[in-house]
Amino acid sequence: MTEKKAMKSQEALEFRKLEIQGVTYLTTYTRKFENRKNWTKADPKKVMSFIPGTIRQVLVKEGDVVETTDKLLVLEAMKMMNSIYPPAQGKIKSVLVKVGDRIPKGALMIEFE
Amino acid sequence: MAIKKQIQDLQKRREEVQMGGGEKAIEKQEAMGKMTARNRIKALLDHDSFQEYDMFVQHEARDFEMAKKVLHGDGVVIGSGTISGQPICIFAQDFTVAGGSLGLMHSRKITKIMDHALKMKVPLIGINDSGGARIQEGVNSLAGYGEIFFRNTISSGVIPQISVILGPCAGGAVYSPALTDYVFVVENISKMFITGPEVIKTVLGEEISMEDLGGARVHSEITGNAHFYALTEAECFSQIKKLLSLIPANNDRKADILPTRQPKPDFRIGEIVPDDPSLPYDVRNVVRAIVDDSEFFEIQENWAANLVIGFGRMNGETCGFVCNQPLVLAGVLDVDSSDKAARFIRYCDAFNIPIITLVDLPGYLPGVDQEHAGVIRHGAKILYAYSEATVPKLTVILRKAYGGGYIAMGSRHLRADFVFAWPMAEVAVMGPEGAANIIFRKEIMEAENPEEMRQLKVKEYKEKFANPYVAASKGYIDSVIAPEETRNILLHAIEVSGEKSVFLPRKKHGIPPF
Repeated sequence: MTEKKAMKSQEALEFRKLEIQGVTYLTTYTRKFENRKNWTKADPKKVMSFIPGTIRQVLVKEGDVVETTDKLLVLEAMKMMNSIYPPAQGKIKSVLVKVGDRIPKGALMIEFE
Repeated sequence: MAIKKQIQDLQKRREEVQMGGGEKAIEKQEAMGKMTARNRIKALLDHDSFQEYDMFVQHEARDFEMAKKVLHGDGVVIGSGTISGQPICIFAQDFTVAGGSLGLMHSRKITKIMDHALKMKVPLIGINDSGGARIQEGVNSLAGYGEIFFRNTISSGVIPQISVILGPCAGGAVYSPALTDYVFVVENISKMFITGPEVIKTVLGEEISMEDLGGARVHSEITGNAHFYALTEAECFSQIKKLLSLIPANNDRKADILPTRQPKPDFRIGEIVPDDPSLPYDVRNVVRAIVDDSEFFEIQENWAANLVIGFGRMNGETCGFVCNQPLVLAGVLDVDSSDKAARFIRYCDAFNIPIITLVDLPGYLPGVDQEHAGVIRHGAKILYAYSEATVPKLTVILRKAYGGGYIAMGSRHLRADFVFAWPMAEVAVMGPEGAANIIFRKEIMEAENPEEMRQLKVKEYKEKFANPYVAASKGYIDSVIAPEETRNILLHAIEVSGEKSVFLPRKKHGIPPF
């Protein structure tokens, strides 16, 4: 018997609550359900990496005022050099990466004021 | 005398090929806890039933000094045989020969046996144990994969195709199993991924083990790529035999009918489902209380466990069961469970297997992750699959059938042939609590004691609408039945649906929300 099978035999179960349309059901969770990510609103002041990779160029510094056409960074991922542009015009509060940094997906790279 | 010598020579040649990559490679294979390709075939097929073809095939690669290399059987064993007397075609990649890598001749052997299987209309079993493309053969090995994928697709829905992952199966190679009907995996042995941990680490900087990336557990619990999970190769083979006994050899036939035994008395159907619709129970026990010998053969048991699918026999005839599982996530429909149900319904429809649906669900799983993962698109698959299926479709509403979930789960409106409901069934647009809050919002808000009023209105709604009789009065439910009557009524329904024939508008094919 696999762990999972044993886990599912009803005696060993620990029931959890799940609310659907005003009714609270007693049930169990799946691993996938427990590991689901809570949604957060994207902060337009933060420039995050959309893919894991390596920073190849940093073209701005703290205090710079940039337009949407000014390139901020070059992020290399999957052999592609991705140019990163600001989401809006603004003043840079801080640059959190430097050339050569390897970053995961969703890493904060630049923050605007 | 000459013939004797020639036979001896043949014997010698055979023995040489049968040694695959040689003693050392075989030892290494066995040290990994893996059987050799030929031993696997021997273990799976009926005694002495295997007939091998293309044993003396040799590769024709010349680049990278390949001309000097002898690769026995080009790293794959193909042939035909029987399993429990039923003819099948099989190929098994031989990891001891050049890591089971796929070159042109290797792929030609596989496609040869695939063509045989389709022509003879017998099930095809593929045992995958390969390092991937044979790099030295370049684009020829890619061509080989493409030829296999094409045949997998063309054979889909005509003959059963079974993939057994007994080793690595990486890169393009994964798409053949993905196109087949059933994928079997074994703990610690099966590894499936498009991009391996090495590449992920160098390119993306993410560190993960092979097991965590694409091991047997991952595919049977997280991705849903695998349908059956076993701890050993031997257990895996017995699962394959069991599956083959339940399905027909091709789409022109019905599964074999076996002698019937009544369900076991320990599954008391009237005592499994709690009255309170918010309390859980294991719906598989309801299935066991209905099917012959209480034997339920579950598919994808660990993935999207909020919906249960599998086979059971009714009076000896194989039926496919699709059931909400209140034990897990209250039995909701979501992205994964819709996908799971839809594919299984289409499988049953393709292979003339009646579908029995057991309904008890609160609706769809709420959440941003679900909405953003496309629960609309995926949820639509289930509607499509039920509507399109022309095999007998029988539905039993056990307890709750609310809202969109009621429609999706094999309702009359999607052309179920028979819809039954137990007396405690609640067929309604939503749960009484939610409905009362909306309908009686004003009364509740304006009441002196809103909570008391709310409870009162919920009770009122429950009595009026949370029952099977409203739907029965409109003919959406054919009969309200006692739990104890379920098996006999289903048996009757299957019997009278035996010659069911439905004609859909002529078309090349529909466009399901894949």
